[in-house]
Amino acid sequence: MDPTKDQKLWMYENMVLSRRFEERIEKIYLEGKTPAFNMADGPIPGEMHLSNGQEPVAVGVCAHLTAEDAVTATHRPHHQAIAKGVDLKAMAAEIFGKATGLSGGRGGHMHLFDPSVNFACAGIIAQGCGPACGTALSRKLQGKPGVAVSFLGEGAANQGAFHEAMNLAALWKLPVIFVIEDNAWGISVAKSDATSVPRNDVRAAGYGIPGHYIEGNDPYAIFDVAGQAIARARAGEGPTLIEVETYRLAGHFMGDAEQYRPKGEKEALFARDPIPAMRARLIADGDATEKDLDRIEARAAETVDEAIQFARDSALAPETDALTAVFATQ
Amino acid sequence: MLDTQTNERRLTIARAMAEAIQQEMQADERVFVMGEDIGALGGVFGNTRGLVDEFGRERVRDTPISETAFISAAVGAAMDGMRPVVELMFVDFFGVCFDAIYNLMAKNTYFSGGNCAVPMVLMTSTGGGYSDAGQHSQCLYGTFAHLPGMKVVSPSNAYDAKGLMTAAMRDDSPVVYMFHKGLQGMGWLGTEEGAIVDTPETGYTVEIGKARVVREGKDVTLVGLAMGVHNALKAADKLAEEGVSAEVVDLVSLVPLDRETVLNSVAKTGRLIVVDEDYHSYGVSGEIIASVCEHDVSKLKAAPKRVTYPDVPIPYARHMEQFCLPNPDKIVAAYKAM
Repeated sequence: MDPTKDQKLWMYENMVLSRRFEERIEKIYLEGKTPAFNMADGPIPGEMHLSNGQEPVAVGVCAHLTAEDAVTATHRPHHQAIAKGVDLKAMAAEIFGKATGLSGGRGGHMHLFDPSVNFACAGIIAQGCGPACGTALSRKLQGKPGVAVSFLGEGAANQGAFHEAMNLAALWKLPVIFVIEDNAWGISVAKSDATSVPRNDVRAAGYGIPGHYIEGNDPYAIFDVAGQAIARARAGEGPTLIEVETYRLAGHFMGDAEQYRPKGEKEALFARDPIPAMRARLIADGDATEKDLDRIEARAAETVDEAIQFARDSALAPETDALTAVFATQ
Repeated sequence: MLDTQTNERRLTIARAMAEAIQQEMQADERVFVMGEDIGALGGVFGNTRGLVDEFGRERVRDTPISETAFISAAVGAAMDGMRPVVELMFVDFFGVCFDAIYNLMAKNTYFSGGNCAVPMVLMTSTGGGYSDAGQHSQCLYGTFAHLPGMKVVSPSNAYDAKGLMTAAMRDDSPVVYMFHKGLQGMGWLGTEEGAIVDTPETGYTVEIGKARVVREGKDVTLVGLAMGVHNALKAADKLAEEGVSAEVVDLVSLVPLDRETVLNSVAKTGRLIVVDEDYHSYGVSGEIIASVCEHDVSKLKAAPKRVTYPDVPIPYARHMEQFCLPNPDKIVAAYKAM
């Protein structure tokens, strides 16, 4: 399944949008945190998990989704949220803990919920696998269209929740796609030190469903395999497991000294940064001109500027909002 | 079953729960049931009996033994517009799936700023007394009630069981519905006659968060829930023989907790004994006593007492378990020691 020119440009724009957004977040995150780094200080407190480098997975998959399809994302969710169409202003404001944020500051960057595009997050490893099955089951029971994609990291493939959900999805033939972003590191532990098999796609066999491994962090290859899996799910043929080789250009979280990385690894990863690579490919393939891509990049930068400005300008919610929304209002 | 002499329709809690679910499934297509052995078997404790015959295996689905998967799936389905009723067969099994319960089910409403409701019922069995040892006999009321984001109810009789279940299925927040095995009317788990009461066929709700004075008295307030209510009522009979008038409060719900009904009763009697089959420390009994003391300690004529399960895992041997469990005699003794 090959992306059309429009799909390619959509993927590129969303990759750039995610990268520009995270570049801004990265800078602002350090405000108030120097010279002494205290996670609680500055306009963006708390943990910050950046996804730069992993953008191809989010766009390659989400290019096939519409708002009615569901995504459960991970603790590293920005690229997935952006590709799924979560409102960037409300998301930025949530990261700033503002009243205009997706949940008025109650969730933060690991707990982004946007029901208008069926996007949910979870801060605990493999936690989204079960809910994705539930959304898929709900569609089946209601006779409504839509598939559910559960994103997870390669470390999450060793969680019981992942395996239980794979069995459930296969058993009930649910329209779910499990997408593992293999960025090679679970915080500081290498995949080879944590996982009994080199590639998690083989684990699909244990549940009688198709499994695929995609090398090279290649957005077109991801688009191809994800497209087939999603079409299969839409046709009622059940779940698929996909693992994608990708790269985490940043640390696990901001403040991570990354001393566990072998010498030279980061430099090598930056040399394979998927965004310049895709830019060159779009031009080489005649899908876009330098000018087209400059325009896309400028538009992305502008969208990010607006979102950040909106977040900065927004007011904090009253402290007493902490005491509300524990239960649904009937 | 209809008692032709009294014209009462006396149901067990198990049948009352099943009837509530049946009627709600007839009325609301969004309601479906998931859990282990809830289909053909009708639930190990009888509370889904007959449902699969009427509604089929799509809406009454037996699950794999994967509590994390199906409880978190229920969260996803609830957030997508369904109203799942899921069963955690024994509350003790929470150890394999508590992430789905308290990190997902209980928190997604808050994390979404109230934009995503999680309307689901998690029903689970509690309680011992039949020598099933320490992984199949706990109550854990305090454990669940302690964590914000979940409503928690526990009926002591069939009338409340039906009305609470209907209310739980109609609630837009997650409700943990804790039913005591000894009150199910299953026979093989013993039968508590006091739990089998007149239960109207027509659907109705019992308000979540409202306690009930089930016996009026003036000398001492006995507060309990589920099996504790029956122990308290039996203790009240014994105390009455000695000329002591005990008031019995059935909490019915733990979250929200109806402190007002307890406070009003204690204001009247001046004495408080809490009966709780859950562990002694850090639980419901401590919460009730703290609530009364915080509100107005001068209302108390004596230091409050609690009759609870000691802080030990639940033993298998019958004589040892019975030694640990609350019973009417212990409540009477607690009163005499005041």
